[in-house]
Parts: sequence; structure tokens; C-alpha cells
Amino acid sequence: MIDLLGFLPRAIVQGVPLLFGSTGETLTEKSGNLNLGIPGIMYVGGISGVIGAFFYEQATVSAGTFQPLPGVLIPLLCSMAGSLLMGLLYCFLTVTLRANQNVSGLALTTFGVGIGNFFGGSLPRIANSSLPSVILTNTGNAFRTTLSGSSSPSALETLFLSYGFLVYLALAVSLAAAYILRRTRVGLHLRAVGENPNTADAAGINVTRYKYLATCIGSMIAGLGGLYFIMDYSGGIWSNDAFGDRGWLAIALVIFTVWKPDLGVLASFLFGGLYILSVRSSSSMTMATKELYKMIPYVVTIVVLIFTSLRNKREDQPPASLGLAYFREER
Amino acid sequence: MDNKTPAVTMRNITKRFGPILANDKVWLNIYRGEILALLGENGSGKTTLMNMLSGIYFPDEGEIQVDGKEVVIRSPKDAFDLGIGMIHQHFKLVDVLTAAENIVLGLPGRLDLKAASAKIREICDAYGFEVDPNQKIYNMSVSQKQTVEIVKVLYRGADILILDEPTAVLTPQETDKLFAVLRNMRNDGKAIVIITHKMHEVEALSDRVAVLRHGQFIGDMPTKTTNAQEMTNMMVGHPVVLNIDRPEPKNPKPRIEVKGLTVRDIEGTLKLDDVSFTANSGEILGVAGISGCGQKELLEAIAGLQPVEKGSICYIEDDGTREELIGKDPLSIQNMGVSLSFVPEDRLGMGLVGNMDLSDNMMLRSFRRGHSLFTDRKTPHQLAETVVRELEVSTPGVSTPVRRLSGGNVQKVLVGREIASAPRVLLTAYAVRGLDINSSYTIYDLINRQKTDGVAVIYVGEDLDVLLELADRILVLCGGKVSGIVPGRGAKKRDVGLMMTKLGGEQAHE
Repeated sequence: MIDLLGFLPRAIVQGVPLLFGSTGETLTEKSGNLNLGIPGIMYVGGISGVIGAFFYEQATVSAGTFQPLPGVLIPLLCSMAGSLLMGLLYCFLTVTLRANQNVSGLALTTFGVGIGNFFGGSLPRIANSSLPSVILTNTGNAFRTTLSGSSSPSALETLFLSYGFLVYLALAVSLAAAYILRRTRVGLHLRAVGENPNTADAAGINVTRYKYLATCIGSMIAGLGGLYFIMDYSGGIWSNDAFGDRGWLAIALVIFTVWKPDLGVLASFLFGGLYILSVRSSSSMTMATKELYKMIPYVVTIVVLIFTSLRNKREDQPPASLGLAYFREER
Repeated sequence: MDNKTPAVTMRNITKRFGPILANDKVWLNIYRGEILALLGENGSGKTTLMNMLSGIYFPDEGEIQVDGKEVVIRSPKDAFDLGIGMIHQHFKLVDVLTAAENIVLGLPGRLDLKAASAKIREICDAYGFEVDPNQKIYNMSVSQKQTVEIVKVLYRGADILILDEPTAVLTPQETDKLFAVLRNMRNDGKAIVIITHKMHEVEALSDRVAVLRHGQFIGDMPTKTTNAQEMTNMMVGHPVVLNIDRPEPKNPKPRIEVKGLTVRDIEGTLKLDDVSFTANSGEILGVAGISGCGQKELLEAIAGLQPVEKGSICYIEDDGTREELIGKDPLSIQNMGVSLSFVPEDRLGMGLVGNMDLSDNMMLRSFRRGHSLFTDRKTPHQLAETVVRELEVSTPGVSTPVRRLSGGNVQKVLVGREIASAPRVLLTAYAVRGLDINSSYTIYDLINRQKTDGVAVIYVGEDLDVLLELADRILVLCGGKVSGIVPGRGAKKRDVGLMMTKLGGEQAHE
């Protein structure tokens, strides 16, 4: 039997970027916005954090004044600001100008990946480094500070306490999102906006505001997934395209969890586990087998789609107005 | 009555949609403790006027007073705050939410569904509604959904209620129930406005009528002092004959014979159960039933659009040759000389393409004709012009996209096209749904003309009064079964209504 206790933490850290991404996208989709820009937004969230951390390290590390607290807060705020701008851009296009959501989202993804790789390539030049990556070890270590104090942690300690704060934040955010959607008035209104904006509007709900807020907050949450990947998972090292296709996996996860963020906690760890199967035992595997393993999460998503569509339960369907622009006085 | 202060006064209200003047300097008073019927043809601006009161649209000109004070209604929320609630023709409900969730939607404060359910039950007890607060909307019948809409408005404390064609989708029994509730509310001192096309409802329910024509206010009067003829004349602007013709069928011969027809939908629910009947040429066979009782499936099965589990549908030529229709696709049903013309329930969804103009929509029927590589655009264009002229479709031109037309005009285009294909069998569903009285009569005339030409007409209708006047025989469906076939002449509305809800009507539940 494989070493489950050893495997689980690895699946969890692999799943956290997906969890951020899918929670953000679920909130966005609940407002009726199908934001396919999420992969790009996660890149932007990552690179914005990297830019903030880069300049903070430039200013402090050589002088020996690097402090962990601002070292964490600055990248965090930069990352959220970057993803917020992307979210605002998406909303401006699709809500205010009522552009096609699919086209706008795909454009944002291409744009975001480009931005990430552009700055990822230029920052080392500012630092006069010959390396192809941005290396921010100090920031990485600050993000990786764990709760577990002992130097030789037990297996249980590793399972629960061996992560940086962003992992717990991811859990908290998705559980909070699930609670808000299910139990609060804001959640009820948001669901109504995504299901039937006409009705929501007639009930006195500000559809535009809900769409903007849900999409922007969703983008910021998703962007944290990019930040976590760079700062914690990769230890503060940005390499171009290292984030890979995790953004698309996050969108697949939204469908897999049938738009339930709390299900996303377990599902993201499952996807994370499936993902490392492909990355991990690389020595014993040919490239072809690796690519086959990479497919598993997507295959699982397709299977889920087939089952939810076959069962045709109304609660498991995407929000009814997903992907559609809303215009009040249309006749 | 006139010396009371009005609950709502609308003065000089004008609203434009682009070049179209929807409301032109309209004046209207609404009083408490009174049911006002707002009458007008399609496109006369009734719904637009009421939408301005409920905050959906904002007037371009004019002022609105509530209880003598001038108010500005910018959003539905403003309207609620003033105690104005509107029950729209298309229900504004979220399908996947429960009744209670829909009712509290948009209200401020903490979400407490238990307290909400208790208050909902209180309202239901006060006026005699039946609503289960925890039932999901998608599990509800049309009449239940409507009840939720009314409770929603009352829950918000509305004392000025506007109902836009509330009876269009109800059975006679459900309508009676609704009217009883509305009278309760009137006696409770609420102001009620009801928009409707059905004259007998106006006479049965309302205290006062107000008439709009082409966006202008024509006049109002107490219902007691007027009659259907006068109201119709005011609506149309010239005298109209209010009798539906029913010529005796000439030489009826069996044209379509349906035997033991059984149909299940995709989910496996039985939609038609052992349905048998014969439709004769030169005769109108009316189909009555609560909506969703298999009318749609019946027509679709005949048109070849619906897979059939068992049974047979035979098309019988004048010379007695029989041809089985089951197993043929719609195109081959047409090609073998059987012309079925189908006016679907959902006219824009299945019958017409909203973004295409009138001529192109005419072409949907004819684009396969002709031998050259290119389609013939001239004939459909002429047909479109004929339809516009003969049916008085109000449109800027034949190159206007269909979705820009009002509902009634869309319907005329669809019916006009179907009839123009010179069918032997004409299937229509809800041909006059949402049409005003004048357009409805135009459609009845068209259908009667088809009948006298020897076409077998199968007419699915929702207005029983019309069915009773128009159809030669009435097939009553109840839950997918044939509840009975009665002759149209001399049939009683109450009996047919009972047959719609219980198999066989009164006999069955002795």
C-alpha cells in the first residue's frame, strides 16, 4: 500500500491553487458570469505578488532589514490588486458593455498568461541576474512559515500543521463561500442573479452590483491561488509557464463540485492527488504514461458532467443565466 | 366613487421605445377598494403603463402621484416602498429556489426562512391561498406559481396590486378561485388593477374599466354602465362584430385517425396514455385541457416531432387511402403530400427565428423548393408582404427582425405563414395566446376559412369560451388521457371544465 499519510499532505498542497481558483470561479459563476479568464487571472495574481515581493526584497534584503510580516502582506495585497484589476476589466467588458463572456474570458486568459511571462522574464534583468527565473527565497520562507514547531513532526502533525497560512485561508474562504451561498440573504440574492436576473431585478436586487462584486471578489480569491503556487508551493521561485494548466483544472473543478465550494475542499485535494500522480513518479514512467495521468482529472470531470446531465437534477445544473448578458429594457 | 382620493394618479405619462410611442399622455386614476380592469389591444401600452408604476420602466414625461403626493419610481424597490406590487404575465420566479426563498427575495435583513414561512401561512389563511413555503418552484403548476407571485407581493405589504393577464394560463376553476381571492382583497381595501383581454372576466370581476388604444387613454367608466360591445368598440376604435362564426361542417370525412397513442417524454413520464380520436376534414376539433396535459405532445406526435411509444396515427386521403404517419420525420410527412401546419406553443422558440426578418422567416418553410443552387427570396418576400397587409401586422417593414415585433404581431406572422402553405391538416396550439380581441377574431376568421376549404383543423386552445364557440367537437384531455369528446354546439363550460380536472367529468366521481 502506498504511504497514505505521506501522500495526503502532498495532494493537499497540490490542490490548494485549484481550491482558490474553483472557489473564486464558483462565486463568479453564481452571478451568471462565466469567467474563462480565471487561468489568466491566476497568472496575474501570481506575478503581481512576485512584483511586489521583488521590489520589497530589492529594498531590504541587501540591507538586512527584511521583515516577514510586510514580506507577506506586500505580495498579498499586490496579488489581490492585480487580480482585482483583471476582474474589473472582465466586468467592464461583459456587464457594462455586454460583450460576449466566452470571448472576453478567453482573451483575458491569453492576456494574463502573457503578462505573467513578460514580467517573469523582465524582473531578472532588473536584478541583473542571468537566471531565467525570479527567485524570492526570503518571501517564500515567510509564506512557508508553519504552525508546527517541532523539527521532527509526527505524521499527524505533518498532515494538519505543516502548511503555510494560505492553505488554511483557502479552506476558510471556501467554507465561508459555501455558508454565504446557502444560508445568507446575500447568497440568496447572488443565486437569484445568476439564475434569473430579470426576476432578481424586479425584486429590487441591483444585478450589476452583484455581478461586479461577485466577479471581482471571485477574481481576487482565484488570484491567491497563483500567489500560493509561487510563494509557498514553489518556495518563492517564478519560472515562466510553471503554473501550467492549473487554471483550467480549477474551472473543471467547479463543474466537478456542481457549484458547491465546500465540496471543492475535498474535490481539490482529490484533483491534487490525481495531478501529482502525473508529476511525481517521473523516473519510472515514460512521457506517454505521464500525459495519460495528466488527463485523469479532465476525464473525471467529463464523467461527472455525463452523470449530472443524465440525472438532470435541477439543483446540480449550472446557474440558468450563466454566460448571458443582462439588459433590463430589452423587449 | 369619484370624490374619493385616488390611491394612484398618473398624469400625462409618455414613454417611447426608440421611434415607437408606447404611451402618449396617459391619465389614469386607481382607487382603493376597487378592481379596475385595464383594457386595450395588443401593443396599446397597457403593460408598459403598469411597468412604469412598478418601476420596471421609467416614464419619459409625466408625473405619478401616490395618495396625493408626487413620487418618483426609479426601481421595483421604490414601487414596493410605496406599496405597489405587480404580478407579471411571465412569472418572475427563480425555478431552483423554494416558494419562501422567492417570496423573501430582495428584502433586507437577516435571512430567516422559518419566520418567513410563518408569515406566508398567515397571509394564505387570511385570503384563502394554498402555498407550501418549502416547495421548489420547478415542481409547481402554473396556478401555484401565480399564487406564489401574489403572496410575494402581499408579503411586501403591497396594497396596490397590478395583475397582468392573470387568467391566461388558468383553468376555469382556478380562475374562479383567483377571482374569489381578488374580491377578498378588494373588500379588505386594496386597490387592484387587472389587465385582461377577456370581456366576460371584465364583466364578472371589475368595478371600473379604463381603455387604452394605440398608447392613448380613451376613457373609463363603471363596469355596470357598459357592456362588452361598447368596450370592444372603444378598444378597437370602430364597431366590431363579437360573434365567432361556426359554419356547419361541409361533407366531413375522417382525415386523421389516432388510435391508442401513447407517448413518454425524455424523463419517462407518461404524457399521452392510450389516446384515440378522429379528426374530420372541414371540421374544427378543439382540444381542451389544463396546460401540460399532453396537448403539446399530441400535436408534436402528429407532426412527427415526438417519438411515440405505441399506437397509430393514420392520414386518410379523400379516396380512402390510408398512410401511417408514425415513424416518418416531419419532412417526409410533408413530402408524401400530407401537409401539417404547426403553430407551436412557444412561438418564438420553435416557430420563428427572432433575429431574422419577416421574409426570411417565411423562407423557413420554402427554402428547400426550387432547383437552382440559390434560394428563391422573391416569393417569401411577397408572402411576407401579403401577410402584413391581410393580417394588419404592425411593423416598420418586412425587413424588421421578428423579435422587435410585439407578441400579437409575432403570432400573426406565424399563423399567416402556416396557413399560406395551404395545408390539408392544420394543427394550432394557442393560436391566440396573448392576442387582443381584434387580432383574435382575425385569427378565428382565418381558421374558419381553412375549415370551409376542407382542412381538418385541430385547435388547442386555452380560452374555453372560445373553444365552445368555435369548435365543432371538443376533445378534452386530462392528465394525458382522453376525458371525453363532446360536440361543441350546446356543450356547457362547467361540464368541460370538470372534465379537464377529472376523467369523464361528473360521471367519474359519483
